[in-house]
Amino acid sequence: MIYLQLLWSFFQIGLFSIGGGYAAMPLIQHQVVDLHPWLTMTEFADIMTIAEMTPGPIAINSATFVGIQVAGIPGAVVATVGCVLPSCVIVTILACIYYRLKGLTMVQGVLLGLRPAVVATVASAGLSLMILSFYGTRTLPADLAGIRPASVLIFAGALFILRRWKVNPIWVLVGAGAAGLLLSRFA
Amino acid sequence: MQSKKKQYWTLFLSTFQLSAFTFGGGFVIIPLMRKKFVEKLGWIDEQEMMDFTAIAQSSPGAIAVNASILVGYRVAGVPGALLTVCGTVLPPLIIISVISFFYTAFRDNMYVSIAMNGMLAGVAAVICDVVITMGRSVLAMKRVLPVVVMILAFLAVRVFGVNIMLVILVCGILGGVDTWRREKSRKERG
Repeated sequence: MIYLQLLWSFFQIGLFSIGGGYAAMPLIQHQVVDLHPWLTMTEFADIMTIAEMTPGPIAINSATFVGIQVAGIPGAVVATVGCVLPSCVIVTILACIYYRLKGLTMVQGVLLGLRPAVVATVASAGLSLMILSFYGTRTLPADLAGIRPASVLIFAGALFILRRWKVNPIWVLVGAGAAGLLLSRFA
Repeated sequence: MQSKKKQYWTLFLSTFQLSAFTFGGGFVIIPLMRKKFVEKLGWIDEQEMMDFTAIAQSSPGAIAVNASILVGYRVAGVPGALLTVCGTVLPPLIIISVISFFYTAFRDNMYVSIAMNGMLAGVAAVICDVVITMGRSVLAMKRVLPVVVMILAFLAVRVFGVNIMLVILVCGILGGVDTWRREKSRKERG
């Protein structure tokens, strides 16, 4: 039963994350934090951090992580299969169409139409992570003064470095972790 | 028969290696694949690889998985696609399994927890950076519709808690209709 739930949830994540990369993030949050009690918001944030620092697509990394937490190694395999199943079917069909018709205007048009929606959903999920980082809670607390200065400082510094020098995010995260440890010495 | 076996093995091994060493995910794997399959092995031509990139991005799911399906299918049909999917999926599956094992043991450690909090702020910054870059590309289309869609989609998800899958579906249909109308008027104008 739990295997079927895992398969179905990650099938939906695989099916609706279009455009790759971070497009999957809001869907993963929806399925594994909001809809099913599989991960806490903190665990979800952790897996996003781990996914960023390890090779492989975010969706596959999350599928493995969630699968193991919920139902061990078989769970990981089931979740991963669910995640790639839509790709296998749809991409194979598109490949056939491509070799017959050699035209992709419509597909690209739909993709272009999706881009604003993907930006919006990623922004929303990013905001959730930001609130968790700054306040340690899922939603904005009533008392906004309880903000963690160290987190805000690291966030601002990391964003500046990323925009200014386009460095690899992995190094930014390593630096952010080190900065967190360093700042905790003074706090 | 021997050469076919060797081809399968090369397909699997190549995608396995690419997946195991591609950090950052998503788009990063495309140029590496091009180097391997176009330049080194010569199994796929340049134009095809560019079209593969477009299809991989337009299809649901991870770009790396989609691109490897296309490469596998092109080289050795459906069995080839299955092999390359396995090659692409196995490295993250193994690596994350190992990490999950340690995660439960280490997460309660105070220093790990502090470092993870710092990294969380870093991840928030990485995502913010991605959103700024992607948002700019939407503004660069210089059309009103995408900007309106972006704002409405954000409000729908954030404020009104509309299901993300519904938002994606509606925007996909909207994009399709919009493209169809523009194509039509372009043809009419000649």
